[in-house]
Amino acid sequence: MSQFLYMSGYAAYVWPSIGLTLALLVFNILWARQLTRDAQAEARRRIASEDAS
Amino acid sequence: MNWVWFHRFGSPPYFYAVAGRIVPWLAWPAGLLIVAGLYGGVVMAPPDYQQSDAARIMYVHVPAAYVGLMSYTVMAISAAIGLVWRLKVCHAVAAACAPIGASFTAVCLITGMLWGQPMWGAWWVWDPRLVSMLVLLFFFIGYMGLRGAIDDVQRADRASAVLASVGIINVPIVHYSVVWWNSLHQGASLIRKGGPAMPASMWVPLVLVIFGFTFYFYAVMLVRARAEVLRRDRGGSWVRELLTAPEQPK
Repeated sequence: MSQFLYMSGYAAYVWPSIGLTLALLVFNILWARQLTRDAQAEARRRIASEDAS
Repeated sequence: MNWVWFHRFGSPPYFYAVAGRIVPWLAWPAGLLIVAGLYGGVVMAPPDYQQSDAARIMYVHVPAAYVGLMSYTVMAISAAIGLVWRLKVCHAVAAACAPIGASFTAVCLITGMLWGQPMWGAWWVWDPRLVSMLVLLFFFIGYMGLRGAIDDVQRADRASAVLASVGIINVPIVHYSVVWWNSLHQGASLIRKGGPAMPASMWVPLVLVIFGFTFYFYAVMLVRARAEVLRRDRGGSWVRELLTAPEQPK
């Protein structure tokens, strides 16, 4: 296992590469979901204010 | 040929509904392909005969580069269609491509630096492939910046679409940079005359990650495009029907 993590001495380059990639993949999913929630909330506010007036 | 099916995608409610149904069919294969590909590449594939385990950076670097270029192509074509036929759904799709494409391009550049330092002895070299990829990132950032700087949505659509369309010239430059100029960066090793320059134990995981990132891109892009369509049409009657319907959308 430690042999695998060591990456024949390139651990400091290999793992940050993979970690950064996965982090950005997760970040983009969360960002897109947040945009959806924001857009729906904004539209609901608008509908509510139209109904109130 | 009957183009009615295509025209219907120009209708925001139709696009919103169909895109919403497509997303899970892209997202699940994306997750499976990325996990399988990275496991195959990082754990199972043999180390490179020259670069040893450092070559495993390839399994994220190459797919990120490919999807970065693909994102730009989709963005530019969609923006150009939106410009010519004035379809706001196309502008929404183009706008949705930019941040994801920029992310993949940044991943490509940073993983490239992490690969370049141990192999070339330098984090960065002013090489045609590297510089043209950096220009691609600047086009994405410029496109997003331009959209953000113009308050009027239609003017922002048109101005950013012109920028995106002009920038498409950079895509073939990135691709052929290793052919046209003397480059430190290696040439095409996967799709080339004579087949891949690596055994199946290496190229199969690589191809899985490429497909995984591609599916991921379309899934996240469609989620963003739906949000954008909803944001633009927030005063529209179809949005009211959608959000006040007894069965609420996710």
